[in-house]
Amino acid sequence: MKNFAEMFRRLDRTTKINAKVDALADYFLQVDDEDKLWTVALLSHRRPRRTVNSKLLRAWASEMSGIDTWILEESYHVVGDLAETIALVLPPPEHDYDHTLTHWIDYIQEFAKYDEEGKKEAVQEAWNGLDTTERYLFNKLITGSFRVGVSQKLMTRALSRATGIEETNLAHRLMGNWTPNDTTFEDLIHSESATDDISRPYPFYLAYQLEQPAADLGDPADWQAEHKWDGIRGQVIVRDDEVFVWSRGEELVNDKYPEYHILASAIPNGTVIDGEILPFKDGQPLGFNVLQTRIGRKTVSKKLLKDAPVILMCYDLLEYEGRDVRKLPLSGRRELLERIMEEHDTGGVLQLSPVFAFDNWDDLAAERETAREKFSEGIMLKRIDSAYKQGRKKGDWWKWKVDPLTIDAVMMYAQRGHGRRANLYTDFTFGVWDGDQLVPFTKAYSGLTDKEFNKITAWVRRNTVDRFGPVRSVKPKQVFEIGFEGIRKSTRHKSGVALRFPRMLRWRQDKPVDEANTKADLDALLETYGG
Amino acid sequence: MPLLTFNDNGIYCERADVYIDPWKPVDRALITHGHADHSRWGNKHYLCTRAAAPVIRYRLGDIKLETVEFGEVRTINGVKFSFHPAGHIIGSAQIRVEYQGEIWVASGDYKLEDDGLSEAYEPVRCQHFITESTFGLPVYRWTPQEEVMADINDWWRQTASEGRTAILTGYALGKAQRLLDGLDTSIGKIYTHGAIENTNEVLRKQGVKLPPTTRVTREINKKDYPGNIVVATPGAIGQPWVKKFGNASIGAASGWMTLRGARRRRGADRGFVLSDHCDWPSLLEAIDLTGADNVYVTHGYTAIFSKYLREQGLNAVELHTEYEGELAEIETKGNEETEKENAAADAE
Repeated sequence: MKNFAEMFRRLDRTTKINAKVDALADYFLQVDDEDKLWTVALLSHRRPRRTVNSKLLRAWASEMSGIDTWILEESYHVVGDLAETIALVLPPPEHDYDHTLTHWIDYIQEFAKYDEEGKKEAVQEAWNGLDTTERYLFNKLITGSFRVGVSQKLMTRALSRATGIEETNLAHRLMGNWTPNDTTFEDLIHSESATDDISRPYPFYLAYQLEQPAADLGDPADWQAEHKWDGIRGQVIVRDDEVFVWSRGEELVNDKYPEYHILASAIPNGTVIDGEILPFKDGQPLGFNVLQTRIGRKTVSKKLLKDAPVILMCYDLLEYEGRDVRKLPLSGRRELLERIMEEHDTGGVLQLSPVFAFDNWDDLAAERETAREKFSEGIMLKRIDSAYKQGRKKGDWWKWKVDPLTIDAVMMYAQRGHGRRANLYTDFTFGVWDGDQLVPFTKAYSGLTDKEFNKITAWVRRNTVDRFGPVRSVKPKQVFEIGFEGIRKSTRHKSGVALRFPRMLRWRQDKPVDEANTKADLDALLETYGG
Repeated sequence: MPLLTFNDNGIYCERADVYIDPWKPVDRALITHGHADHSRWGNKHYLCTRAAAPVIRYRLGDIKLETVEFGEVRTINGVKFSFHPAGHIIGSAQIRVEYQGEIWVASGDYKLEDDGLSEAYEPVRCQHFITESTFGLPVYRWTPQEEVMADINDWWRQTASEGRTAILTGYALGKAQRLLDGLDTSIGKIYTHGAIENTNEVLRKQGVKLPPTTRVTREINKKDYPGNIVVATPGAIGQPWVKKFGNASIGAASGWMTLRGARRRRGADRGFVLSDHCDWPSLLEAIDLTGADNVYVTHGYTAIFSKYLREQGLNAVELHTEYEGELAEIETKGNEETEKENAAADAE
């Protein structure tokens, strides 16, 4: 754990990519394979099973430090992180334990066998032998995943440097359905064939939002354009007469979408398709809110299958006849994809994402404007000769999203943020005018620069009207332009609407508060786009 | 009528018709120390300690200012006033007020640890204690200055060995001098931001011993910086001013560096936990040492801290003042103001 803590401190001190890779690579060279495996797991969001809830942790920390739970709770609102709060309020340790990361994780996994009193003793015993950083990490192991500003890509690069294995190869090996409890570092990294695990997916290729004018992309003939579908990115694998469906978050979602089960027999073994998990009925996509009724459901009722059936809107082919075809140009992959779709009947479970023919950018721009009506988020642009890369890369693939819907709203409540925004007011509730009253209709957390958050924090402190626990009501003075991707009716919200991806586009310091939008404006948007 | 009351101008003693650290202009102001939120412009008469006076004069210009020694008693209309070391910065005082057996202490900003530069804090017994609560949460606990300075010097040594410049931030009056005092000058040369060097000049003139420093100016060759340390104000970071130091490592010294969120937000490579205010244990210790039953909590986590004190059986009240303590430090100044400061620093 001391190596792990030192590595964490080094990561935490820098925002420079190279320094982070150095810290991780040095660490990988210091520790044994077990610790390497767990570190890779933790940095790819595979955490040990949760054995203690945070309420108990709070109570035990309160007991050990002699501080009432209410003041611990207030401290948590300021610190913005429970694991850190507990690490800071505990009295100085009486021992100095030096064990490996794997030792501590095993120690935590053992908790499952203990009763509550046993867990408490074990946790307090550990706290009493760890320094502040180690305590923080120990608490993180118990409570949740780490956010240390290390992407999987960066971790893979460091591991590549430490092991000498090529980065793309390594990235593929680290994908899929493994946990440190059921494999070893040797097996995961060094086993000969990447298809040892038949469920193993390929890393997704992700696009950036197009910032420059589309015309700057050059000759339209070099580009393929299709809808940017508003569902969940998915990868369907058929190997050894089995089907595996992966979501972009590297989650195996077979059970959630039984529609795909017939693919095991409908399409040939050795086929991997990239596409969009999309609710679809009578030849038409349904809105994302329909898909939301499926997300998070492990068991699916007949009624739900009937009301919200999903298909895979296919747009790329990664494996064909058991061969990795990611290096073929997009045009070649598309041809093979079309062939599979033609030759095999999937009962409509696989749909081919249509391609727009266009010979000038203005026509495509006009098409993009109509995207929202077609339950699409805009347009995907892919270079016709592009290979299927991994991770988010600029150049060959772009998403060209339709502009967000906007509304000018008045800040009503403010709350402190978490993580690096702790102790800053970053979480706001906004309202629109209904006569001379403000009606709250959305929260938003993102979109401002650090400088703006600093400035608005100072303003909130000086313009607080009332406090409700961690929430402050503020004078209705500040107008923000709120952007969002969609709007629908909601019975859960007082205002009667729910927004999709609301965020602050601009702080309208130029705008008088009485010129903010009204409830009627919001209702008009709901009327037009709320279908 | 209590001896001290709180109104829109500040902390008021009606019997003597004086204010302590008023935030609006008044006739007679007793000043605890030279930070801008405690010694404001526009009062007709000022009274402070002799050690605090030069900086206040430097900041506020031509003012009517009288000084007292620590412990000296001034009687105004029968009310006895005396100034006692607060340990916050050089010359900083707690102000004791006594009339017919009723004793109040307004502590301004204070810390218990002896930093070797400020006059060491002395507890003053009283019935009514006015305290700050800048770090009034149990998550704030300081390590001894000696250990923090050892960490800072290790970081400087490491940075120097990589052929880079170390930039260390602390506000211009107090923190900066405390840092200078603790730096190991065998590692390299110390450069200072203009705002800090201006304060150093004032303090040196009144006899404060500081290590040799060189003001950062345009005339200095950029190649001279690597291996050495630049002590700068927090506002200078993220501004064009720091570009001249090339590939630098930035360290920030502040109580706020306790929190991971604050460290990451500051954009500093290293956060050193060093504060001129009390941490949680020393706030509680200080209040205990006064023996006061009545505690008035000013700037900081006032609501939480006063609630905690009430639970300990004290009669504690939350006050709304315009003191800022170290809060002023985390709220980034407007760009313009900082740029002006940097331009001025460069021009000198």
